[in-house]
Amino acid sequence: MKVLLWGVLPYLTLLMLVGGLIWRRQYDAFGWTTRSSQLYESKLLRIASPVFHFSLLAVFGGHVVGLMVPKSFTDWIGLSQHNYHAGALYGGGLAGLGLVLGLALLVWRRRRTPAVFRATTWNDKIMYLVLALVVGLGLFATLTGGRTPSGAEHNYRETVSVWFRSLFTFQPDVDAMAASTWQFQAHVVIALLLIAGIPFTRLVHAFSAPVHYLFRPYIVYRSRDAVGARRSATVKGRGWDPIGTPDNRRR
Amino acid sequence: MATKPRRVMAQVAMVMNLDKCIGCHTCSVTCKQAWTNRAGTEYVWFNNVETRPGQGYPRSYEDQDKWQGGWVRTRSGRLKLRSGGRFKKLISIFASPVQPEISDYYEPWTYDYENLVQAPLGDDFPVARPKSLITGDDLQIKASANWDDALGGVGATAESDPILRKLRDEANLQIKLEYEKTFMFYVPRICEHCLNPSCMASCPSGAIYKRAEDGIVLVDQDKCRGWRQCITGCPYKKIYFNHRSGKAEKCTFCYPRLEVGLPTVCSETCVGRLRYIGIILYDADRVTEAALADDKDLYEAQLELMLDPNDPQVIADAQANDVPTDWIRAAQRSPVYALIKHFKVALPLHPEYRTMPMVWYVPPLSPVVDLLKAQGHDSEAGGNLFGAIDSLRIPLEYLAELFSAGDVEVVRGVLQKLAAMRSYMRDVTLGRDRQPELARAVGMEPAAMEQMYRLLAIAKYEDRYVIPKAHREQAHNLEEMGCSLDFEGGPGSGGEGPFGSSSGRVVPVAIESYADAKARQRDESGA
Repeated sequence: MKVLLWGVLPYLTLLMLVGGLIWRRQYDAFGWTTRSSQLYESKLLRIASPVFHFSLLAVFGGHVVGLMVPKSFTDWIGLSQHNYHAGALYGGGLAGLGLVLGLALLVWRRRRTPAVFRATTWNDKIMYLVLALVVGLGLFATLTGGRTPSGAEHNYRETVSVWFRSLFTFQPDVDAMAASTWQFQAHVVIALLLIAGIPFTRLVHAFSAPVHYLFRPYIVYRSRDAVGARRSATVKGRGWDPIGTPDNRRR
Repeated sequence: MATKPRRVMAQVAMVMNLDKCIGCHTCSVTCKQAWTNRAGTEYVWFNNVETRPGQGYPRSYEDQDKWQGGWVRTRSGRLKLRSGGRFKKLISIFASPVQPEISDYYEPWTYDYENLVQAPLGDDFPVARPKSLITGDDLQIKASANWDDALGGVGATAESDPILRKLRDEANLQIKLEYEKTFMFYVPRICEHCLNPSCMASCPSGAIYKRAEDGIVLVDQDKCRGWRQCITGCPYKKIYFNHRSGKAEKCTFCYPRLEVGLPTVCSETCVGRLRYIGIILYDADRVTEAALADDKDLYEAQLELMLDPNDPQVIADAQANDVPTDWIRAAQRSPVYALIKHFKVALPLHPEYRTMPMVWYVPPLSPVVDLLKAQGHDSEAGGNLFGAIDSLRIPLEYLAELFSAGDVEVVRGVLQKLAAMRSYMRDVTLGRDRQPELARAVGMEPAAMEQMYRLLAIAKYEDRYVIPKAHREQAHNLEEMGCSLDFEGGPGSGGEGPFGSSSGRVVPVAIESYADAKARQRDESGA
């Protein structure tokens, strides 16, 4: 079980993520979008969405630091464990709270705006549930995961982080992860599920973050020839669904 | 610098003669039937007809202080998107800060027709209630794309016309809006297929592109990620968000038709025959420079971008840049070039947005004739007409705000030409002595006047549309061939896509076999 969860699942997740992204790009480039609902409702979104996304970026940054920077390094530069922990707790806690707030606002908006709710698929609902679980457990782990049930000190930088870094050398330190508290373990497992699901949900838009916009020329000329050669690989379907078909009826 | 060969490119352009527009909306309806009668685009009108003065569609889209469309010139003399530079765009990507909502367009609806035949027997007549196509709920119809059409809304809505507001505030102009003194005209609008499109510049994904062959601006549906910045970027608000597929859509200039030499659907079906389509050759390397001109010089700057297709040097440069010979020949016969640059009677819509639009307009003159007639004057006599132009019902200032960045002289010049043409041609029609001085008064030769008359008034089909076909040798590359049946029955076909509505479906790029069908029909062998 230990090996399955901490030795196999991470690699399966990576496989699903990479394979899924390639598959999606190949066969559903047309479906690869943010699926924005701003046209329906803008006021709440303009607050909730940046709160959520910027918090998410902060949380992501925190994870990179917490997982990738070894404890020996922070010890070496003279950052005491106490100070580090305080920074992680308050910084991470704040970002986590922002994330929860943003997500709650977004979900509330989605439920309360009829047009937005109608555009919400089952896929979205499941994704939101998993996402909320991951966020909730992550915050919970940050706040309470510092102590094992027996009351002993637990430092995730000596368990989770060690395990995470060992994944890159294909020598997963299964025992290190198994030694962490259940809060962290649950957070990791569900987060892996979420990551594996990215290519198959609307979260896929994260992988088209348009950083190249900073560098491309403003005006894009493209030859008809070039376009024809790269035809859309998206599956043919009912493109011309007319108005008033079941497509438009209340689900 | 001068030795460097110019990058001469071809551009499909349109001119609309507003004098002939009766506001019947046939163009809008046929366009909608052809392109946007799908779920997700119910509210989308690639072509719409606006009553001016009026709010337009979406409402008050011309108020760029509010909607932040188009370009501005920075103090350092560079072009910048009004809504902000690249970095600002990226950090505000999580919720587009300036974004029209569905209520700025209108909430589309259908009627519950089923109830008419399925209602149980009763004392009351069954009714077909309007149902929102967005929420599916009952809907109180409050607006639509042309809700305040004609005189239907002027009294109430003209107040929110951004141009009227501007004229009132800045020029202190008293514009009469009482019913009997009011003025109005219609402006049909499609995508401008700009030379310097700000939608394209706004697109974080780089999904919007200009076709090198004909300058048509299109959205690559596979590359669009639904960031919606193009909608903010376009000052004409002619890019729309398909709320089902989550992608941007826009007027395609009916490229599948153009490629086989047919005019766009809106042009073909226009009952007033007021649209002209042709090719223009322009210098692609000087577009930015031209877009940086002073507000009032933008019209001239854009004229200068358009090159004389009869100039041997231009022809040589065009050929060097792979413009096919028949395209150059089409450019020489282009009605659009004639109206814009030769006769100089067509004007760009809002040149001050600095996008270098390529759909131009012959401003309307009509009401002046009625006005003079009502006052007991001989309404088409030359002298009367000239004098009356300044007291037009449609104030010159209003037209100038639309077509020449506020430069009244430009509009006056065009209207005088049109008025002179009427007077001159009336003498011809009535068999009286011609008055060449009428033509010369507006800087034209009598022969040119008659040419212009033929183009504007007779407007034969072959004269209105000079559209070279896409090249046969490139035919296998035509975009519409792209939606093949290769993937029939593949994953995701039929029904809701697994990732949300419309995902997994092909975008209906074109009528797949249009070019083939056309070729078959024209095939001599009868196969």
